[in-house]
Amino acid sequence: MYQLTNVTKKYDQGKRSVTALQGVTVSIPDGQMVAIQGPTGGGKSTLLQMLGALDRPSSGSVVFETEHLGSSDLSSLGDSQLGRIRATEIGFVFQGFNLIPTLTAQENVETALAPLGGTSAARRERSAAALEAVGLGDRLGHLPAELSGGQQQRVAIARALVKDPTVLLADEPTGNLDEETRDEIMDLLEGLWRAQGLTLIVVTHDSAVAKRAQRRLHIKAGRLTELA
Amino acid sequence: MFYTYLRRELAGRRKQTAIVAIGMALAIALVIIVNSVSSGVQLAQASVLESVYGVGTDITVSQAPAAAATPGTGNGAPQRFDFGSADGAAADGTTTISRSRLTAERGTETFASTGLDTVRAVPNVSAAAATLLLSNSTFSGALPTRTEPGATRPSTGQGAQTPPTGGPDGAGGSSFSVDSFTVLGLNPADAAVGPLSAVALTEGRSLASTDAGAHVAVLDSSYATTASLAVGGTVAIAGTDFSIVGLVSAATADSATAANVYIPLDVAQTLAALPGQVSNIYVQAASSTDIGQVQADIATALPAATVKTQADLASSVSGSLASASSLVSNLGLWLSLIVLAAAFLIAILFTISGVTRRTREFGTLKAIGWSNGRIVRQVGGESLVQGLIGGVVGIVVGLAGILVINIIAPTLTAGASTAAQVAGRGARAAGGAGGAGGAGFGPGGGGFGAATQAAAQSNIVLTAPVTVSVILIAVGLAVLGGLLAGVIGGWRASRLRPAEALRSIA
Repeated sequence: MYQLTNVTKKYDQGKRSVTALQGVTVSIPDGQMVAIQGPTGGGKSTLLQMLGALDRPSSGSVVFETEHLGSSDLSSLGDSQLGRIRATEIGFVFQGFNLIPTLTAQENVETALAPLGGTSAARRERSAAALEAVGLGDRLGHLPAELSGGQQQRVAIARALVKDPTVLLADEPTGNLDEETRDEIMDLLEGLWRAQGLTLIVVTHDSAVAKRAQRRLHIKAGRLTELA
Repeated sequence: MFYTYLRRELAGRRKQTAIVAIGMALAIALVIIVNSVSSGVQLAQASVLESVYGVGTDITVSQAPAAAATPGTGNGAPQRFDFGSADGAAADGTTTISRSRLTAERGTETFASTGLDTVRAVPNVSAAAATLLLSNSTFSGALPTRTEPGATRPSTGQGAQTPPTGGPDGAGGSSFSVDSFTVLGLNPADAAVGPLSAVALTEGRSLASTDAGAHVAVLDSSYATTASLAVGGTVAIAGTDFSIVGLVSAATADSATAANVYIPLDVAQTLAALPGQVSNIYVQAASSTDIGQVQADIATALPAATVKTQADLASSVSGSLASASSLVSNLGLWLSLIVLAAAFLIAILFTISGVTRRTREFGTLKAIGWSNGRIVRQVGGESLVQGLIGGVVGIVVGLAGILVINIIAPTLTAGASTAAQVAGRGARAAGGAGGAGGAGFGPGGGGFGAATQAAAQSNIVLTAPVTVSVILIAVGLAVLGGLLAGVIGGWRASRLRPAEALRSIA
């Protein structure tokens, strides 16, 4: 799935240069559930952006391999190619849900299908099925503001999974939720991961969430280490 | 997805949509109203000019009045009416006197009619006609019959002074009046261009080619009404009776024709003792593109002449119509441009502000695979629809404004006192009281002069026409404003990098 080799990412902040990732080398096979932990500012989100084709490393390579696409070095692809990979292969779940406030739950899920084409009827059907799968079949026409935090995150998960991606990247997916809802969401994610054979990579501060993963990585000051 | 997202965004962000649409609507409504009123003013100006210069007249040729060599001479000098001792008819102690003069209209200068041939010889002149504008002034009055020296006066006895008798009041008083009207001599064969080409025959007949040398006249209907004259009657010009064969009026209501009375040119020249003289030449160019060159050629051929085009004449329209024209072309135009620029700026700023506020939204959409083009189309579509909503509202408001103007139908006064002078004199007839009525020769004096110089005004009802072009301009502006805001906002959205957009939220 992923092969990161000596990945370094630096950000220029005026005259200063901040190194977010330093020589990260890691391999993540298909179908694995991986938790990435670390302190704030340690480079977790930057690493997730590299894995999600949202950004390119300053140096090193990020090889992404799937059955459909074959092998691609994300560091050498253009914006439109990265966009295409995100549209077809990668699902995102964000801490703040990132739903579009003016669209209903079903329409929010449909936004993930818009880049893939197809008829509006087919999009409606798939989005309704995705919401049904996360337990929100009776909330299709609700706006995000009319849903609880847990329900909003379920909509975000439905949006991430409606296109049948090969990898699901979750950035602090339970960071804004209470413990009970956290467990519900993690149960849902874990269930979907098992059912769909996804590669699931979760960035989290929460050890309870991290313990659910098959594999735990720790990143601090841009350096990645494997936890036992 | 595009239309669903568009509809939801516009409905969900009503405040922004309303502000942008209202700003655009106000600007477009103002543009429509100013454009329409401007068209109305132009039509009114054309109406005023046509009523006095005729339809199809592109150029007028006149001669600027020369400075009088000696005071009291020339067309601008005061007129004198001299009476001999034998003049007048005496009856019952009262002597009535009357004398008419037909002279070139004050403020005009006559020149040789050979100028017409010169003009006709200029290339690209399709038609030309010459006229002679005259003023017929009649001084009349009654005064006590003068007693010859040595004649026996009626005795009153007891050496008392004899009280005055005779005169119009029977007590030795006098009464005088001055009547003045304009007379235009023209060649009936050349009526296709010039003042008579724009008039409508309301009764009788117009002048015909066979009327050359005949004492026949056509009257302005307004003047005829004021002076109680009718077809079949006679009008005295320079003491000669002319048969009234027809009445004419301006094609536009409330406008005046060029003169009070129209007579054949040769008769006018003879009566005014101005043989071979004319005061104006009306010229029609072969095409509108030739007007400038024809004007230059005539000015070269007749160096002493004043040659003016309709564009020059339009600037000579005076009165509140001119004020309206100035207001529309200056304040209205600039106000429209400023409001339009402000509306565009508001639309652009709100779109940019919206994009900034929706950074997370666009970052998320990019993260899930939306291309830059799709996001630009979305932002552009939203702005375009906001502009179109503003355009539709603006058209409705603009049309309502035009309707209000047309219901109010403001009446503007207009005069056209140009170098040709015809306009001013002609309009005098419709001006009413001053022009056509006689002036009392009272203690204050100066009545005649006042009558001659009376401001010539016509009343024009301002109408604001609605044209397809105005609507198209409004729609075009709405689309332009929306596209401009959309392109700028979309460009800004497309520059957002998904990682940075999401990081900025974090």
